[in-house]
Amino acid sequence: MSDVNSQRRNFLKTSLGAAAVAIAPGMLLFQVAQGKSDGADAKVRWGMLIDTAQCKPGCNDCVTACNKENGLSGGIAVTDSQWIRKIDLKDISTGREISLPMMCQHCENPPCVDVCPTAASFKRPDGIVLVDKHRCIGCRYCMMACPYKARSFVHEPIHDQNPDVPRGKGTVESCTFCVHRLDEGTQPACAEACPNKAILFGNLNDPESEISKKIHSVASIQIRADLQLNTGVHYQGL
Amino acid sequence: MPTLASLHFKNRIYYVLLAVAGLVATAGMFAVHMMEEHGHIISGMNNQIVWGMPHVFAIFLIVAASGVLNVASIGSVFGKAIYKARAPLASLLSLAMLAGGLTVLMLDLGRPDRIIVAATNYNVTSVFAWNVILYSGMFSLVILYLWTMMERRMNPWNKAAGLAVFVWRFVLTTGTGLIFAFLTARQAYGSALLPPMFIVLSFAWGLAVFHVVQSNIYSWNEKVLNPDILKRQKNLLGIFIIGSMYMVATYHMTNLYFSHQTGFEHFILRDGGVYTNLFWWGYVLVGNILPLVLIYFPGLGKMKCVMFASLLVVLGAFSLLYVFIIGGQAYPLNIFPGFTVSSTFGDGQIGSYIPSKYEIMLGFGGLAIAFIITTVSVRVLNFMPQDKPYISD
Repeated sequence: MSDVNSQRRNFLKTSLGAAAVAIAPGMLLFQVAQGKSDGADAKVRWGMLIDTAQCKPGCNDCVTACNKENGLSGGIAVTDSQWIRKIDLKDISTGREISLPMMCQHCENPPCVDVCPTAASFKRPDGIVLVDKHRCIGCRYCMMACPYKARSFVHEPIHDQNPDVPRGKGTVESCTFCVHRLDEGTQPACAEACPNKAILFGNLNDPESEISKKIHSVASIQIRADLQLNTGVHYQGL
Repeated sequence: MPTLASLHFKNRIYYVLLAVAGLVATAGMFAVHMMEEHGHIISGMNNQIVWGMPHVFAIFLIVAASGVLNVASIGSVFGKAIYKARAPLASLLSLAMLAGGLTVLMLDLGRPDRIIVAATNYNVTSVFAWNVILYSGMFSLVILYLWTMMERRMNPWNKAAGLAVFVWRFVLTTGTGLIFAFLTARQAYGSALLPPMFIVLSFAWGLAVFHVVQSNIYSWNEKVLNPDILKRQKNLLGIFIIGSMYMVATYHMTNLYFSHQTGFEHFILRDGGVYTNLFWWGYVLVGNILPLVLIYFPGLGKMKCVMFASLLVVLGAFSLLYVFIIGGQAYPLNIFPGFTVSSTFGDGQIGSYIPSKYEIMLGFGGLAIAFIITTVSVRVLNFMPQDKPYISD
C-alpha cells in the first residue's frame, strides 16, 4: 500500500516538474511579447511644428534620415514608399517660394482610421496614427481617404528589414513619428537630422513644452484646416 | 423543331464555351498568383492610382448585379407579370455577377490571404466593412428569393422575399456609392450625389446585361421574344439610359459650378486625354447616344438592335467607370490651394497609369466566373422566362 502511495507521490512530483518546465519558457516569452507594461500615455499628444522659413530648398536631410531609420529604399519611383517628402511650393499670386517636408499629419480625426475596414489603421492614445501590419488586408481605401497623400503601399517583397520597423508586402504604411525611437525617449529621425532645426517635435498637451509655447507665440497653420481633422503637425510661415 | 444533329452541335458549342470561360478564369487565377508572388509592382497601379482596372471590373459587376434585380422587383414588388416571369433569371444573373465582382475585388487585395481578418474584424465607421455585410447579405437574400420562386411550397413567401431584396439592393448600391461619397478630400468624389447616381446607373447597366443574356437564351432555344414584351423592355432601358445620363450630367454640372472644382472638371471634360476621350466617345456617344438611337429611331428597336444597344451600354459603363475611378485619382489632390506644387511623390502632377496585362486578366477572370455560373445554371435549371399566353398588365 505504502509503495503504491510513494509511487503515486513520485508520479505527481514528476508531472508537476515537467509541467513547470514546459510552461516556464512560454510564460517568459509572454512577458517579453507584452513589452513594457504601460502603453502609450493618453495625456500626451505628440506633434510637430515645422518652420518653413528654416527649411532650405534642395535640402533632403530629413528624407534621407527617415529612409535610413525605417529601412526604406529611398527610391522615388511611383511604386516606392515615401514616408516623408519635400514639397516645393510657389504662391500663384505673389510668386513666393517655400519648401517644406510633408508626412502623415497624425490627425486627431484621421479619415484613414474611419475608413479602414479591419481597424488596421488606428490611433494610439498619444495621437500617433499607425497601421497594424498584421491586420492590414491591403485594400488601399486609407490611401484614397488621406487628404495629404501621406500613405504608401508596399508593392514589392521587402528584404533586410530594420527589426524595429516591421514592414510587409501588400500592406499600407506611413510615417510613424518614429514611434520606436519615441518609446525609447528619443526624437523622430527627421527632427533630429534637420540641420536648421526646422522641425520641432514635442507634446502638444503640455503647456510647458517648447512646442506648445511656440505654437502659442508664433502664427502657424494646419494644412487643409477646412477639413477640421486637427492635425498633429503644424506649419509656420506658410 | 431542332434536329438531333443540331442538338449535338449545340451541345458541343456549350462545352466549348464553358472551356473557353474556364481558360479565362484560369488566366485570372494565374494573374492573382503572379501578383501574390511579385507584389502589385507588376500591376499598373501605384501610390497615386491605388485602384485600377480590377476595380473597374469589380464595381461594374457589383453595380450591375444590384441593378439587374430591378427586373425581379418590378415583378415581385410591383406585380407586373412579364417581369415576374423573368425574376428567376434576373436573380441568377445578380448572384453570378456578385460572385464575379467580389472575387475580383477580394483577389486584388494586397493580402488576399487575410480574408478571414476582413471577415472577423469590423470597423463600424468603415463603409467597406458595411459593404462586407451588405454583399454577403445580398447573396443570401437572393438565394432565399430564388428558393421562394423555384420551390412551390415556398411560393407564399415570394412577395416578402422580393420586398426584402428590393430594399436590400437599394441599400447595397447606396453603400457602393458611399465608398466614394465619403472621400471628402478628393475632387472627384466626396459628393452626396454619388449614391443616387450609382443607383440609377445600376438600373441601366443591370437591364442591359439582362437584355444581352435574354436575347442569347431566346436565340439559343430558337424562340422569338414577344414583340410587345420587347417593346416594353426596350422602352424601360431607354428611360434608364436617359436617367443615368441626367445623373452624370448633374454631377458634372454641380462640380462646374463650384469654382474650386473647375480644374478637375476641365481635366475630365476637356484636357484629360484618354479620360476625356473615354468620357465623350466611350460613355456619352457609345454608351448613351447610340443605344438611344438603336432603341427609339423609327424602324430600329428590333431584338438585335436592342441587344446591340445593351452591349453598347455595357461598354459605356466600363468607359464611365474608368474615367470615374482612374481619372478621379489621376487628378492630383489639392493639398495647398493657391500654390503650384512639385515633389518626388507626384504632388501637383497628373498621375500616370497603364493597366498591366495581369489586371486585365484578373478583371476578365471575374467576368468569366459570372459567365460560367450563368451558363451552367441556365442549362441545368429552368431559367427560361415562362410568359403567360396573354399580357395581363
